[in-house]
Amino acid sequence: MDFLQPRSWADALAARAERPDAVPIAGGTDLMVDLNFDRRRPGALLDLGRVAELREWSVGDGAGGGRTVRLGAGVPYARIVDELGDRLPGLAMAARTVGSPQIRVRGTVGGNLGSASPAGDAHPPLLAVGAVIEVESAARGARRIPAADFYTGVKRSALAEDELIAAVLLPEAAGPQQFCKVGTRNAMVIAVSAFACALHPDRKAVGTGIGSAAPTPRRAPEAEEFLAGELDSAGLWDSRGELPETLARAFGERVAAAASPIDDVRGSAAYRRHSLSVMARRSVLWAWTQYQHDLRKAA
Amino acid sequence: MRITTTVNGTRHDVDDVWPGESLLYVLRERMGLPGSKNACEQGECGSCTVYLDGEPVCACLVAAGQAIDREITTVEGLATGEGLHPVQEAFVEAGAVQCGFCTPGLLVAAHDLLERVPDPSDLEIREALAGNLCRCTGYEKILDAVRLAASRQARA
Amino acid sequence: MSTEAGTRTTATSSPGRVGDSPLRPDGTLKVTGEFAYASDLWHDDMVWGVTLRSPHPHARIRGIDLTGALTVPGVTAVLTADDVPGENAVGLEHADQPVLASEFVRYEGEPVALVAADHPETARRAAARIRVDYEVLPAVTDPRRAMDEDAPAVHRPGNLVRHLRLRRGDPSVTAPVVVSLDVEVGMQDQAFLGPESGLAVPAEDGGVDLYVATQWLHVDQRQMCLALGMPADKVRLHLAGVGGAFGGREDLSVHVHACLLALRTGRPVKMSYGREESFFGHVHRHPAWLTYEFGAERDGTLVYARATVLLDGGAYASSTAAVVGNAGTLGLGPYRIPNVAVDAYGVFTNNPPCGAMRGFGCVQAAFAHEALMDELADAVELDRVAIRQLNGMREGDRNITGQVIDSAAPVAELLQIVSELPLPPAREDGADLRSLPGSVGNTTHGEGVVRGIGYAVTYKNVAFSEGFDDYSTARVRLEMTGGEAVATVHTAAAEVGQGLITVEQQICRTELGVERVVVHPKDTTVGSGGSTSASRQTYVTGGAVQAACAAVRTVVLERAARILDRAAADLRLDGEKIVGASGEVLTGLSDVLGEDAVEETAEYRHRPTHAIDPQTGQGDAHVQFAFSAHRAVVDVDVELGLVKVVALDTAQDVGRAINPDAVVGQIHGGSAQGMGLALMEEIVVTDGHVRNPSFTDYLIPTILDMPPMQVKVLEYADPHAPYGVRGVGEPPTISSGPAVAAAVRAACGKPLRRVPIRPEHITGT
Repeated sequence: MDFLQPRSWADALAARAERPDAVPIAGGTDLMVDLNFDRRRPGALLDLGRVAELREWSVGDGAGGGRTVRLGAGVPYARIVDELGDRLPGLAMAARTVGSPQIRVRGTVGGNLGSASPAGDAHPPLLAVGAVIEVESAARGARRIPAADFYTGVKRSALAEDELIAAVLLPEAAGPQQFCKVGTRNAMVIAVSAFACALHPDRKAVGTGIGSAAPTPRRAPEAEEFLAGELDSAGLWDSRGELPETLARAFGERVAAAASPIDDVRGSAAYRRHSLSVMARRSVLWAWTQYQHDLRKAA
Repeated sequence: MRITTTVNGTRHDVDDVWPGESLLYVLRERMGLPGSKNACEQGECGSCTVYLDGEPVCACLVAAGQAIDREITTVEGLATGEGLHPVQEAFVEAGAVQCGFCTPGLLVAAHDLLERVPDPSDLEIREALAGNLCRCTGYEKILDAVRLAASRQARA
Repeated sequence: MSTEAGTRTTATSSPGRVGDSPLRPDGTLKVTGEFAYASDLWHDDMVWGVTLRSPHPHARIRGIDLTGALTVPGVTAVLTADDVPGENAVGLEHADQPVLASEFVRYEGEPVALVAADHPETARRAAARIRVDYEVLPAVTDPRRAMDEDAPAVHRPGNLVRHLRLRRGDPSVTAPVVVSLDVEVGMQDQAFLGPESGLAVPAEDGGVDLYVATQWLHVDQRQMCLALGMPADKVRLHLAGVGGAFGGREDLSVHVHACLLALRTGRPVKMSYGREESFFGHVHRHPAWLTYEFGAERDGTLVYARATVLLDGGAYASSTAAVVGNAGTLGLGPYRIPNVAVDAYGVFTNNPPCGAMRGFGCVQAAFAHEALMDELADAVELDRVAIRQLNGMREGDRNITGQVIDSAAPVAELLQIVSELPLPPAREDGADLRSLPGSVGNTTHGEGVVRGIGYAVTYKNVAFSEGFDDYSTARVRLEMTGGEAVATVHTAAAEVGQGLITVEQQICRTELGVERVVVHPKDTTVGSGGSTSASRQTYVTGGAVQAACAAVRTVVLERAARILDRAAADLRLDGEKIVGASGEVLTGLSDVLGEDAVEETAEYRHRPTHAIDPQTGQGDAHVQFAFSAHRAVVDVDVELGLVKVVALDTAQDVGRAINPDAVVGQIHGGSAQGMGLALMEEIVVTDGHVRNPSFTDYLIPTILDMPPMQVKVLEYADPHAPYGVRGVGEPPTISSGPAVAAAVRAACGKPLRRVPIRPEHITGT
């Protein structure tokens, strides 16, 4: 086994191209477990920890007049919690639930994407806000993949063999966001199921993301459209009136219907579906209350 | 491969490291620093917590090569003067040590918490130490120890 | 031969006598990282040993091809069953488990071959190249089917390990109020943090020194001698630092394997399991299926109890028979029940072997009798404290085996205490996420959260039972060193974290009146200390240390008496002085001892216990009983099935607290383990395969899961025990879990007959 340690993004891409047998390692929180447990023996480790560009985030103009956060793939979760709670509240809430403090210091969104585990905590908020993954190869340069297209199967993604994940582009929150995660312990637990929602009042849209309840993280498009439509037809986006409990419940049921969970050692399929409906209902009510509160605050 | 790193203020050069080794293995088996413990080797117990460039990490999840030219502090390096560090002292006095296998990692995590938050609430202590499993104490005396260390540091 | 092993696990200490709470003598070493745990050991020229284990729950080994492994550079030895020089069989109670499987493997993870190499990765790679030709056989993996006629036999003659039949009074009596239930308890793991490890060092005399983490050096030695075909003087064990035990180190792990490799290679061999291997490398708590029925008068007074308990022993006997003994003789809890029928069974299956874990058979039963007691309370409209106080055992009662409870049995008082402890404040609106079910998972802001309170009480036997010759040995030496009197206490009783070494020092200080007490490293050069289990060491090894001190004191005082020309009976040892009857100082200890050391060795045996009658289960099976009660307060998100334990308060009679702070520490930790079983801890086994051998999926409580605990300690001295002590370690693990389960039931109004209680059970999904 070789250890490749590029110091720049260009060198990293070159190394990726030269060594298809290399496995990128960032925080190591997934890969090192596989090495320690004798599950994987790649030809080389490609350490991205010395690539300074990956550990930066910045804000720029985004599509549609909003602002976009360009989050380097190597920014650890602890910094997302500390530095980005206002701009990316959903992702920051998810980041706070990742593993333990020690894991959050090391683990990265890039790593979560690279592993593409359906249980990765970062995925639901990325889906809910319509994040875009920026990947790059030495041969073909950079390309952008919407999060919803990134996950292609259990622990499989649209990332090509010679590509590395550079950054994630996320719109700055235009409205309230929530993230919920069920685990059978009150800390340091892999999601049995997870849900993220985002209200986008600027375009009268609702975003969702489901974790640990399908072969890949996924949105619940039908639930998104249903709720956005109901809010619109009732004039609630503008009036900021109460979100009826029945509507939240119907939204939750549609979110649950979008999942295709399995039974495994962490939870049953039925429970996963049930918990999604509860999390979706509760979290959209919280988000809506925040939305109502934001107006009062603005007034 | 060769690993050059600074551990507890001392430069270490280690040769013939297999790149699949973790920083934990290098510390324990190649540098003669077994204080950091190997309870799970999957980042789920915190027993191997060390400072890596000032941040508490699970040494089992750091590839050996990732530690090259970094500053590492282990439990062996917490005490800077003659005696114990106040956090170490508090763990002994409060009865927070039984079998002690979780202790080195907990000490680093608690030390880090008190550096950042000198007077933590109980909930802050619990969230900060939630990555450190202890099987002996039920955590009550660990909370006592952190409170004791915080109060002593406040007086000092 | 020099070795670091075993030299840095003990140290001298601070003052403190019986009843004080001196700090543990190894505390400083443990907080500086210098304490040498078994997995920290290192030796010049050592090689690493690894184990190849069976992937199948049941298979015949048709052949093993070692060629691939032997050709890996760096490999120094590859061994199979053919290389076991002695009996290829070990076991705590029955030698039924091969050191290395020869003809059959009977569970997933059974050791098949060993490899030694210069790097653990080399050894692992080589082991992966061993080709074992398995013929997979039908496996019996449902213990409820294990005794069916057509079930495959795990061992000859059949799959029954033990059936305990207990009958008292008139088992066919009827009662106006009848309640019954079925309860299932999942397989719990000890989950000690320090992995199984050992360093075997071949010696010039042809023998071997093993530095190992264990609970009972001498029972290991006995098994190892048979397997290695060597006498005891050639198989020397030294206790290395132990990172927790909880029953999981009673059976052998690396012991024989490391010695075989060391003797073969002529080099020191280190073996250290990773967490995954650890889940296969030790026994677990028996999963259990329990059917209980209580009959009572309309006022709630128990008339009869009938119970059937089935324990899955897994593939080898380990201590299943003794666990059945406890589940049967103690399985109805600390209650007065005149008419009883209990049948407890332990069976062989092709599941992971099960054996000792803290609480030992009582844990499983307590989930059943406490849940049923709540049912009875509801049926007769009594509250849950009152029903237990009404039926609670009292001193002088006979228990269900007919044994008189001949010291304190404060069931009613313990319940009264916990029921009167302050309750936690009600949950506030806008509570911090970290104080809610689901914590920062942000699953509720109060929605669906219901509070529940539950009670449970238990009693547990202390020390070994059913006629076992249970003893411990202590050697105490008293001498002047550098002008100071120093006592050295040497026992083979394992310190596993519980604080026995502190207790040994306290007893020496108390008995000999000296301040400085050195704890000698634990090894087999002194007689057996018995097992660090069954809450017995403070009692039994404490008794041995007390007896050895008394013998030393007798010699010293007799010598002083000769010097002083007085009767020894009028003299006492105190503060390095010989004092007279009225406390007057007569001479210094240094004047009596001079250059001599006085050393005495004593064995201590508790009162004998007796086998139970095989037909009726009647008999004086146990030597002492320890009682505890818990009150749990939980907040349950009944819609998501998530639980936050808000308070877990307890009261326990400890007889006499030798070290009150350490007693409380034991109670805290024991309570946490019981709570873990109630809510999250289970090794999930499907068709004989363990599905979650990792700390990612075998969850033990974190500091965010544990609530604050109020602990009230009673000290009703047991007149039969040294200093009046009563075992402490196990009762908290027994009564905490059922209290938590009861609290969850109270919150969500569901029967919840299986533990651990999963969100699926609470939500009906």
